[in-house]
Amino acid sequence: MTATTAHRAAPGAPAAGTPAVKPARRRRRSTTLFAPYIFVAPAVVLFVLFMLVPIIYAAYLSFTAYRLEGGGILGTRVQVFAGFENYIAVFTDPTLLTGFRNLAIYGLISVPITLGLALLFALLLDLPSARAKRFSQTAIFIPYAVPGVIAALLWGFMYLPSTSPFSFITKALGWGTIPFLDNPGIYGALANIAVWGGVGFNMIIIYTSLRGIPEEIYEAARLDGAGEVAIALRIKIPMAIPALVLTGIFSLIGTLQLYGEPTTLKPMTDVISQTWVPLMTIYRNAFLTDDLSGAAALSVVLAVGTIALSGLVLWLTNRRSSGASK
Amino acid sequence: MTAVATRERAKLASRRGKVIPTAILLIGAAYCLVPVLWVFTATTKAPRELFTTFSFLPGTGLFENLSELFSYGGGQYGLWALNSILYAGIGGVVSTFVSTMAGYALAKYEFKGRNLIFYSILGGVLIPGITLAIPQYLLLSQVGLAGGYLSVLLPLIISPFGIYLSRVYASSAVPQDMIEAARLDGASEVMTFLRIGLPMMVPGMVTVFMLQFVGIWNNFLLPFIMLSDQNSYPLTVGLYTLLARGSGSPALYSVAISGAAVSVIPLILLMLFLQRFWRLDLLSGGLKG
Repeated sequence: MTATTAHRAAPGAPAAGTPAVKPARRRRRSTTLFAPYIFVAPAVVLFVLFMLVPIIYAAYLSFTAYRLEGGGILGTRVQVFAGFENYIAVFTDPTLLTGFRNLAIYGLISVPITLGLALLFALLLDLPSARAKRFSQTAIFIPYAVPGVIAALLWGFMYLPSTSPFSFITKALGWGTIPFLDNPGIYGALANIAVWGGVGFNMIIIYTSLRGIPEEIYEAARLDGAGEVAIALRIKIPMAIPALVLTGIFSLIGTLQLYGEPTTLKPMTDVISQTWVPLMTIYRNAFLTDDLSGAAALSVVLAVGTIALSGLVLWLTNRRSSGASK
Repeated sequence: MTAVATRERAKLASRRGKVIPTAILLIGAAYCLVPVLWVFTATTKAPRELFTTFSFLPGTGLFENLSELFSYGGGQYGLWALNSILYAGIGGVVSTFVSTMAGYALAKYEFKGRNLIFYSILGGVLIPGITLAIPQYLLLSQVGLAGGYLSVLLPLIISPFGIYLSRVYASSAVPQDMIEAARLDGASEVMTFLRIGLPMMVPGMVTVFMLQFVGIWNNFLLPFIMLSDQNSYPLTVGLYTLLARGSGSPALYSVAISGAAVSVIPLILLMLFLQRFWRLDLLSGGLKG
């Protein structure tokens, strides 16, 4: 007992004599036992407070509704259990279906182009013969530092007929302005902002995974007479698939979270409504029309949808790669 | 004859093999730089010139625009910039330390609940921000924190992706032998982490910090939902409100454009500077592990 207390009082002195060794070892084992919990504690506490509790709270809210009880002006709003009422409302709301349709069109344009260009640039950077690589890599990466809202603002002015440099040229040629911010154009305009902001980051992820491929594999292929294109198609792209899956999932999550860019362009155009994408509908429900339960239900649907889609992508690619190895 | 011809053709092919990839890369670089160039030239234009002169010609209104920008709303732009630095700086640093500690523990210790903790946190990567933002707002307003600086800072400290990267980095960069050796020397677990683990994890930490800093700096939704006082806005929300108000009066367009230009500069510089220190191969290599 005394040895332990003495030892505890002077933890910096390990050589406290033979009798202290045994309790010291016990003490050591107990701190090794507790140490990892101390290290993860801040993360776990913050995770519970700011992720777990809000999710449970949102799920709870999504099953409730506010009803007026009593009559007329004197009626009070009471929170009641509403079952799946909010979810039925979510799936039958036509503005929401339009929102998902807008999101789908936007995603079908932006995700393949972003990933395709990122892969192309990464492969070119990895070519021994290409020049000006350092400059190009840095330049293509720079938009990553520009917040989505600011990017939307920049491009917005480049789309706006009165300030657009592109429309300036077409006007001078007598062709009129380019309808970037009108109805079919808006999808391309928004997708372009996403491509511009996303290509560099995805390019770097793919490029670093290409650089991890051992050089000997290429030498063997070159000795067999394979050209750079064949090497890219047969060796590099298959080896970069984990990176492509990762960037694909990031792009998917990014697409589903589209909010800031259309919100920023909204003052510049009439075609973006208050409910143009699902997140804008959530914001409107929660803060403008005071329908918190509806907003919560839609949030839950979106979260579950994101997880399901990401899981599907992972499952599909795992199945394909394990099938290929057999 | 034929040998010469083949050699000529080979030389031509190799030149083409050099020119086409380089040209495509340069086109990509131009595409990415054009909007940045545009916003810088547009900043030099007086409001009239913005609508009348060709976009890429510099104008005469640079100083006028800048003084207009910094005097807007009684110097609100400066406040917004300061807030952005504060949110992203403090949030980034704290988040990096929380992630590093957690990642180190998850990589270097066997303990009960390790997998449960790791996979629950990892699942958080997939949760869309807004799904959290609204309940976070409701919960924080119940404890009276909504609207304050903490309401933007606290929710952004937990970074599932940062923890994941830190774990990947710790397991490859901190050798178990060194931890054991430190233990045998009698160092406490906390000391071992501070003296051995932490210094070895610095490159990984720089990466996590950059990702978090840029993530918070670029965040729009959370501060947009949480904050109501214009003086505590970060740049993204501030410039958005400026633009939304400017749709009625194009005079504010110049202020919005100059504001965007000025806000882009520090982050580009930071990124150019930190580019050589960060280890993005973590991101691509991470999925295999």
